[in-house]
Amino acid sequence: MHSSVGKVLIFALPVVVIAWFWATALMERRRLGSLAPLGFVQRNGVAVATYLVLAVALWAVVMIVLPQLFMVDLSFRPKLPPPQVGGEKDVYTLANYRYFLFGSATDTSSWNTTHLQAFGLTIVASVLITAFNFALCYPLAFHMAKAAPAARVRLLMLLLIAPYWVNEILRAFAFRILLGSGGVLNQALLGLGLIAEPIDFLGLDVGLYAGLSYAYLLLMIFPLYNAIESLDTNQIEAARDLGAPWWHIHLFVVMPHAKPGIASGCTLVFMLTAGALAAPLVLSGPRTLWFTPIVYDRFYQAFNWPQGAAYAFILLIACIVFVLTVMRLGRLTLGEITR
Amino acid sequence: MAAAVDLSHVTIRFGDFTAVDDATLSIEPGEFFSFLGPSGCGKTTLLRTISGFIEPTEGVVRIGGEDMKGRGPNARPTALIFQNLALFPMMSVADNITYGLRVRGVSRAERRKTAERLLDLIALPGSADKRIDELSGGQKQRVAIARALAVEPKVLLLDEPLSALDLKLRQHMRNELRAIQRRVGITFIYITHDQGEALTMSDRVAVMNRGVIEQIADGRTLYTAPRTAFVASFVGENNGFPGRVSAVDGEIAAVETAVGVLRGRNLRKLRVGSDAVLYVRPEALVIGRGSELFAGVAQTAAFEGTLTHVTFATRGDRPVTLTAAGRAAEAIPSEGEEVVLGFDPASALVVPAEGGAHA
Amino acid sequence: MSAGAVGRAILGLYIAIFFVYLFAPLAIMGITAFNSSTYPAVVPFEGFTLNWFAALLTDGEMLTGLRTSLWIGLLVVLVSVPTGLAGALVMTQIHARARSLYYLVVVSPVLTPGVIIGISTVVFWRDVTTITGLKGLYDGILMTVLAQSSFISAYCMLIFLARLQRFDRALEEAALDLGATHTQVFRDVLLPFLMPAVVSAAAIAFLSSFENYNTTTFAILADKTLTTVLAGRVRQGTTPALSALAVLIVAVTVAGAVLYEILKRREDARARVRRKAAQAADDAGLVPVAT
Repeated sequence: MHSSVGKVLIFALPVVVIAWFWATALMERRRLGSLAPLGFVQRNGVAVATYLVLAVALWAVVMIVLPQLFMVDLSFRPKLPPPQVGGEKDVYTLANYRYFLFGSATDTSSWNTTHLQAFGLTIVASVLITAFNFALCYPLAFHMAKAAPAARVRLLMLLLIAPYWVNEILRAFAFRILLGSGGVLNQALLGLGLIAEPIDFLGLDVGLYAGLSYAYLLLMIFPLYNAIESLDTNQIEAARDLGAPWWHIHLFVVMPHAKPGIASGCTLVFMLTAGALAAPLVLSGPRTLWFTPIVYDRFYQAFNWPQGAAYAFILLIACIVFVLTVMRLGRLTLGEITR
Repeated sequence: MAAAVDLSHVTIRFGDFTAVDDATLSIEPGEFFSFLGPSGCGKTTLLRTISGFIEPTEGVVRIGGEDMKGRGPNARPTALIFQNLALFPMMSVADNITYGLRVRGVSRAERRKTAERLLDLIALPGSADKRIDELSGGQKQRVAIARALAVEPKVLLLDEPLSALDLKLRQHMRNELRAIQRRVGITFIYITHDQGEALTMSDRVAVMNRGVIEQIADGRTLYTAPRTAFVASFVGENNGFPGRVSAVDGEIAAVETAVGVLRGRNLRKLRVGSDAVLYVRPEALVIGRGSELFAGVAQTAAFEGTLTHVTFATRGDRPVTLTAAGRAAEAIPSEGEEVVLGFDPASALVVPAEGGAHA
Repeated sequence: MSAGAVGRAILGLYIAIFFVYLFAPLAIMGITAFNSSTYPAVVPFEGFTLNWFAALLTDGEMLTGLRTSLWIGLLVVLVSVPTGLAGALVMTQIHARARSLYYLVVVSPVLTPGVIIGISTVVFWRDVTTITGLKGLYDGILMTVLAQSSFISAYCMLIFLARLQRFDRALEEAALDLGATHTQVFRDVLLPFLMPAVVSAAAIAFLSSFENYNTTTFAILADKTLTTVLAGRVRQGTTPALSALAVLIVAVTVAGAVLYEILKRREDARARVRRKAAQAADDAGLVPVAT
């Protein structure tokens, strides 16, 4: 199929969806007659209604939906020199995805181990880091939400928020100072005589994982805190009164209540970790390949945009799968996760 | 002169639910008019229809003789005082009061003058620059009234505005509202489920039940001559004896009830054989006297100072209450004592049973 | 030692470790900013110096990046806050059947990795430029603003939705009833009510834009923001000047947070006094209307 057909479909899709909802709403109004609730324009006035419709249409269609569809569209097209784009050779192809799997657009005999490994490592490491961050943040979130006096909570909040606004790159940089071969930790260990040679923390990926975990720690703690905070303290006390052991209370009283917050924190941390660019660029060892920098290189080193788009889409699908899994496991809606 | 508000066969339906059923009435200029009824009876819907937030499904709403069809709340000569007052928390007291003038393009100096005049009217001089959250409940109430009066409406609509206040303040505000209405001289339409409020303040009251206006009359008439079983039982305390009309003799009808045949005034001209309820006010009941007599066993007595309320079990399903005042209270039977209760036919009323024919 | 005391000791230790983890890297980076050693180091502390801060002021590339970042931040605020507001208002009014699809679309940028937002924006506008022939659209700063706004608007929308939940619709009706047009209701009642949310949305939008790297690095093309300049520097090698920059950012942030806290406490105290005064007015008895 020629790719110009796709472009037409992409532009038609939002139009069709909007038209469909508009038409059904119109039909319902006609059915209700004078009982229909006040119309959108009537309710907001012409000026405000125009602003609302324009702003939302620009945002939802031009800034969100069309770019995503264009990216997906591009990922199914071949890399062509500019004069041939839109020409005869511009037909849909799976070549970019074949390259991801086999390291070649045509040959399917051997696997593209570098990229597949990087992808697998990124996903597995992101899941583990998410789990680690949850374990690290849960006790503090619980303490702040249910045990600490109000003044201490305010102070802890302030302490938590302050480092959050330090740039992601500078946070990674801090770990590089700390863990580099001539870094502070190595100097300290050498100075104390505990080690004879500097340890290559960055080469061992200690730096990468520590930096990634560190970078998004706070996006775990705030949703957890908010969710636990809304739990009625009486429930915990009632459970304690009935003789439930502490681990039982957390597992069967607090956590089920905090489920949306847990899901929200985990989704955000996973998404940000899997899509992290700064920490891997600054902290990863020479042999380690995180997936996001590979995507970046497809674009700005290899200048193969269709392939880059395909890689980005693969990453996006991984994130969607993660979100869907979390929603399914927790029996949650999207609204509960993003609250 | 045209009526201030004129409703002609107004019906309002939401899907299958009829909130207001065929309301027709006319409210005079300068009248203090109340809609009284239990929650869900359609009185708030009717008020919102008059103010323009709801278009009636059928019928015509006229204000000052003009058909209001298609005119939104901002184009009607009415002002509404909301149940929760809906004062703008981000504006000062003066800005709240003169907001209606501001949107009409009245100058700042002019607005200031109006605000001060109205603050004098509601006895809050010097509060112009206060914030809304600096006011007490009663003060907020008055600011809401001033805000509505500032736009000089022909009709002021009040949606249970006193319900958020405590009892003492509520009684005080009744007098104030009535005093303000006398002074500004415009039509007030008042919505309430509290019959005390409706009866003390209003010139006329419309009693509503399940979307239907059951009766429109002044307070005294509602009390002494209710037209329906609902009005009889909703306005004031009343003892109802359901039964069937067995004889009619001029103004008086006899009703066969569970406690025997009882007679009362037949204002609705019910015919023999119709389902009816005979109502006797607790204060019209006496012990051992009267032409209409029935037996009762004293159950409980509640002493209330000047009044004493005694309930009796009878052969009917419902207990009967007797209210005695002054000396009569001394002869209260003790619990379990069987007595004969009586009343005079002129003090009892026969009305159609609920759901029965509307005469 | 009792079980409670042991528990408290463990908890204290845990909180201490947590905050050491949180602050140690930043603290060490902070110290290196004042050490005259050319490689960022704490020991040996060769001498206290402010040269690294001075170096920032003469770093042309970084200052240009800073200026670009500030501009982009400002534009993102101007785009995202009105867009997020519109998004939230439409959310409260949209037909129930369309609501879940609408929510999915406008919230999806929050759950999409930033790199993908950057990539898709560049891909889209490159094609739009090709189709329309309008070369001006394929501009790094424009695309960065649009790409960042796509998810920052969603942050703003969530802030507005939270505030709108507490809005009393009777206020709108009251204004209408007093004769205001729908536009006047929006300007005089709804916007002032949402003002605190507008302020926090603007602050969040600016800070999110200022520190964004993942989306920006794809969308910015040949231009440079502070974060992309930083990323380049950090990859090349480490210099204490970067530590100095971090110290500045932390100082500004903490100063802002402390200021906010002080203002908030003062406002709380004022509100308490007002409530007490109103209560006293009620208790003092009722002033009757003059007759």
